[in-house]
Amino acid sequence: MKRIRMLTAVAATGLLGLAGLAGCGDGGGGTTPGGGLKPPQIDKLAALGAGEGQVNLIAWGGYVENGSTDPKVDWVTSFEKATGCQVSVKIGATSDEMVTLMKTGEYDAVSASGDASLRLIYGGDVAPVNTDLIPNYKDVFDGLKNKTWNSVDGASYGVPHGRGANLLMYRTDVVTPAPTSWSVVFDPNSPHKGKVTAYDSPIYIADAAVYLMTHKPELNIKNPYALDDTQFQAAIDLLKQQNAVIGEYWSDYTKEIQAFKSGDSVVGTTWQVITNLAQADKAPVAAILPSEGSTGWSDTWMISSKAKHPNCAYLWMNHIISPEANAAVAEWFGEAPSNKLSCAKTADKNHCTTFHAEDEAYFSKVWYWTTPIEQCLDGRTDVKCKDYSTWTSAWTTIKG
Amino acid sequence: MSAASTVDRSAGGATAAGGPVRRLASWLHRHGWVRLTALLSAPMAWLVVAYLGSLTVLLISSLWTVNSFTGQLVREPTLDNFRTIFAEPVYRNVAVRSVTVAIAVTIIDALIALPMAFFMAKVASPRVRAGLVIAILTPLWASYLVKAYSWRVMLANGGPVDWLLGGAGNGPGYGLTATILVLAYLWLPYMILPIYAGLDRLPNSLMEASADLGGRGGRTFRSIVLPMIVPSVIAGSIFTFSLSLGDYITVQIVGGKTQLIGNVVYANIGAANNLPFAAALATIPVFIMIGYLVAVRRSGALDQL
Amino acid sequence: MLSPAARWLLRGAMALGLAFIYLPLVIVLLNSFNADRTFAWPPPSWTTEWWALAWESQGARDALWTSVKAGLGATAIALVLGTMVSFAVARFRFFGRDSISLLIVLPIALPGIVTGIALDSAYQTAIRPMGFEKGLFWVIVGHATFCVVVVYNNVLARLRRLGGNFEEASADLGADTFQTFRFVTFPLIRSALFAGGLLAFALSFDEIIVTTFTAGPGVQTLPIWIFNNLFRPNQAPVINVVAAVLIVASIVPIYLAQRISSDSAAGGRL
Repeated sequence: MKRIRMLTAVAATGLLGLAGLAGCGDGGGGTTPGGGLKPPQIDKLAALGAGEGQVNLIAWGGYVENGSTDPKVDWVTSFEKATGCQVSVKIGATSDEMVTLMKTGEYDAVSASGDASLRLIYGGDVAPVNTDLIPNYKDVFDGLKNKTWNSVDGASYGVPHGRGANLLMYRTDVVTPAPTSWSVVFDPNSPHKGKVTAYDSPIYIADAAVYLMTHKPELNIKNPYALDDTQFQAAIDLLKQQNAVIGEYWSDYTKEIQAFKSGDSVVGTTWQVITNLAQADKAPVAAILPSEGSTGWSDTWMISSKAKHPNCAYLWMNHIISPEANAAVAEWFGEAPSNKLSCAKTADKNHCTTFHAEDEAYFSKVWYWTTPIEQCLDGRTDVKCKDYSTWTSAWTTIKG
Repeated sequence: MSAASTVDRSAGGATAAGGPVRRLASWLHRHGWVRLTALLSAPMAWLVVAYLGSLTVLLISSLWTVNSFTGQLVREPTLDNFRTIFAEPVYRNVAVRSVTVAIAVTIIDALIALPMAFFMAKVASPRVRAGLVIAILTPLWASYLVKAYSWRVMLANGGPVDWLLGGAGNGPGYGLTATILVLAYLWLPYMILPIYAGLDRLPNSLMEASADLGGRGGRTFRSIVLPMIVPSVIAGSIFTFSLSLGDYITVQIVGGKTQLIGNVVYANIGAANNLPFAAALATIPVFIMIGYLVAVRRSGALDQL
Repeated sequence: MLSPAARWLLRGAMALGLAFIYLPLVIVLLNSFNADRTFAWPPPSWTTEWWALAWESQGARDALWTSVKAGLGATAIALVLGTMVSFAVARFRFFGRDSISLLIVLPIALPGIVTGIALDSAYQTAIRPMGFEKGLFWVIVGHATFCVVVVYNNVLARLRRLGGNFEEASADLGADTFQTFRFVTFPLIRSALFAGGLLAFALSFDEIIVTTFTAGPGVQTLPIWIFNNLFRPNQAPVINVVAAVLIVASIVPIYLAQRISSDSAAGGRL
């Protein structure tokens, strides 16, 4: 019996050892103070070497197409042939997923939206980009370079991919007359109760805030990502009210397309690419940018601070913003390209006009996804705004 | 006839009484505890150190927090996560909803599985029985995801279920009902098999004896069969209960806007990048299941999984 | 002892139950010929395009092979560990023996997401700092942990039914410990091992939740591949083809398992 007790003791020691390992070890970036945030010091790549033969990307669905969705839609194969870097891509359904994946350190580059980019920068997960190593960077629209979501203190952390707005999609045969405002999804007495859909991410709270900017001006919301207590509570209440008419929240294409085709969803937020795919499948849908404006995205390709294939990552970033590739992805996804020269390369000559690629006034009504932080993004210093972790716990409460 | 000569004729390896292998074997035979230690060391190392160790790490991390902006772990123990879970009503609601779903799925599966298993074990001829067992096991190989998506198609507006019930909109659509239905469907084989095995072990003579003593079908079933298969039903229920309690994928596919505890845990790992909070939430199903297992240990159900 | 009415009722219940189980699978099969990419019902037209695509799909083949490797690895480990523990429990008395069954059941009784994030945090805490990458090995570790219980229960049930007489008789006749195992015990538990191993393989093959947390970016088991591709409009129908093939292909090993384990009444699980 002594032997058995010894066994138990060994086991217990093993358990404690493992627990001890968990307890010690440094805290990494640790606690960063609220004000005076500084991203960790990471060096950018000094010179471009030979390709490593492989590159692991995280991207929005539709950004990295190699012909498997549609044989005519392919800007990856040419890249693989030219550089020898084989591309493997993981589709991220939400920005949050992308941040989590980047933290694992197993990917080289990510197409980060504004609500992921700052988290990645301050978390030390991405490195500054040496734009001298990217020849196509000089042709990017100036309005996208070195913005608040992709640069810190003048150091650029990525190359702009493109930008666009979240749209309102609706079944043309069910939702009549054609909607012009977001009220069709926020109406508590909606005739489409149980068939409304919304994007399944805490960032959707900003859409409620955008709606309130027009319909409750007394709340004085200047930036949907800078919400103090009162404004935040109003947005939460609106969303809780909306939850009663929601059928399902979506975060992947197939689900939304399927739902709209079968009629399980008849109205809700969407991206242009989803509408295009649904229309290609003969679904009677259309998408509009409502009068209140909308949230949107301005995506940036960023390189991981732990990238195992940095050279291939730089080669990819240069390729995706090259005029031809950027034009192809902008048309496929339905967004405005980031490269000035792409407008001449699009198959549809009006693409840039339709998507307002050069229209900064249009994009002033589009609120790019940005990570909400405690320091109010609209410049107010007398109040504290809600940060993203509050948004995420609120999102759970909204869904009930 | 000495023992040694018998061995010489039959054994293939070291045959000489006193060869090194044989000496080792005799020594092992005399020192039972060495055999026991050898047998237990590897599995216990695996289960206790690796698995329980991981669970302990998880439990410890539920006491930490995360820096909300950078997402880095803050390894200072605090009960904040648990306070939030108890204070916010949404987590209570989600937990109660999840347990209700698990119970509903278990009951539905038990009700469907009992007649099927009884038929397979007692009524079907041996050849048919073999075929039925194969028929029950085969769907386990069809991917769980594909089955769930197939149900999504079936439950779609105007899809087969609606059509069966007489028109678009008559079916349950996506939501809690659909979730319970699909989960019950997915775990049904896991409930049928233990009950079938249990019934198979039940000798027919017992039932015949009961009939001889005057018991009719229903009475025999209630007094003889049911008590003997309770451990099997419990064994099946462990599967259905735990699989339903932690599921987050089926809910996303057919659940509409429903949230179960698995979704909230998954969302906190993914969306919120808040492993400590997810770990704290995960302790709820852990404690529920451990409580359930300890309670049913006495019934001998754990041997029938 | 059962009235004919009762028999017919049971037959009906069985038929209904089987119909319930197989209806979605039939839909899967039909959808694999559905020309519509997002499985609209009723199918607007039929096509064999997806079958051709699936045949050529390198991704599906690689994923299948990875799943097979993971399954075999997990089953092998589970067979070894499960047998060892069942022998210890069946043949010895020791402190904590009753708690062992509880411990072994735990990995399969706790929800997959708990096991998944526990293994993930253990990896991040203890394994990653040592320099090891997540990969097939960590997937196998995860799977083996919950597969042990099915082997354990099968072998334990068989050992209990056999009793210790065979081994004692063998020792009386002069066989040593190893010979007894090789010539007497092992043949008797072989079918239980096979049944347990097959179920362990099936559990590992279709597992998605624990695998999501233990596989790195490079490892795609079949369920992970299916999960990733269900979201891609043109790949989703290929999934139906893969599922249909799996169902049909699995009939053979299950049938074999039935034959082999039918030597004893209810040979454990099969």
